[in-house]
Amino acid sequence: MKSLFSKNAPFTKGLIDGVPIALGYLSVSFGFGILAVRSGLTTLISVLISAVNLTSAGQAAGIAIIAAGGSYFEMALTQLIINLRYGLMSLSLSQKLDSTFNTPRRLLVAYGITDEIFAVASAQKGLLTARYMYGLISVSTLGWCTGTLLGASAGQLLPASLTNAMGIVLYAMFIAIVIPPARKSRGVLVVAATAAVCSMAFKYLLPQITGGFAIIFSAVIAAVLGALVFPVADETEVAEP
Amino acid sequence: MSLVIYIAVMAGVTYFIRMIPFAAFRRQIKSRFFRSFLFYVPYAVLTAMTIPAIFYSTGSMATAAVGTAVAVVLAYLDMPLIVVALAASAAALAAGAVIPFLL
Repeated sequence: MKSLFSKNAPFTKGLIDGVPIALGYLSVSFGFGILAVRSGLTTLISVLISAVNLTSAGQAAGIAIIAAGGSYFEMALTQLIINLRYGLMSLSLSQKLDSTFNTPRRLLVAYGITDEIFAVASAQKGLLTARYMYGLISVSTLGWCTGTLLGASAGQLLPASLTNAMGIVLYAMFIAIVIPPARKSRGVLVVAATAAVCSMAFKYLLPQITGGFAIIFSAVIAAVLGALVFPVADETEVAEP
Repeated sequence: MSLVIYIAVMAGVTYFIRMIPFAAFRRQIKSRFFRSFLFYVPYAVLTAMTIPAIFYSTGSMATAAVGTAVAVVLAYLDMPLIVVALAASAAALAAGAVIPFLL
């Protein structure tokens, strides 16, 4: 256990890197907790949903379907569409796993592939170890479930100005992940700009394409363009984005 | 309709989406195009998720724009993630308190 928690141990590093995610999750899942209780769920069920899903947009859509008494098929299809982007993220991360990642570890870590965990993990230099991922995922999950619990049980107590301002936390973190590499690499800059333009085009010109699909289409268009125009060098660059 | 089945369907579908590519892709992908594609995916996905959604994240476009501007500047200066994230939120909160007095 000593090595597990020592300062340079991968698990500890994962825990530390997960703190900003957990703080961001606290605010977002707080909002989810408020929403869940408003739509008639108990605090316990709200926290259970957060613990087994670990996804913001999917959970919000899920409780709307539960509240409306939708079919199980509608539930499955909605989750598939909204969360399909995780498949793309898993595929990308699968190329960064170190050799200790056997099947049980892959099955375990797959649970925790979220937008933010993916973002932080893919920004790591070199390959990912299972212990690092356990640290990252456990502290993030704790933040997600704690926020849900607080929001569900005490959501109405905080002033709206504060909960509103907390809504920007995770997006600001995404900006902080994309901009530094975009300064250094023209490929990343062009890909990010393309993704932003596509995403706005879907939102304002093709609003019938729902959020989950709009993200997938935008990302695929931008990343294909990047791969065609700015292919990465052959050696280790994929492992160190 | 049973609550337990709803939650099981939700969690099951979400888990399988994450698990299948993770468990299936064992070796390094050789194709230079595909490797380049996967290299760019994180930046593409994160940007597509952020823009334009960030401008709707605080309930007011004006406070969100202030928060976004602060995030962009601090990110450009290579500040740590947590600093960028919390400063953007604090800026949006401050803007929400100040803007009504300017109008």
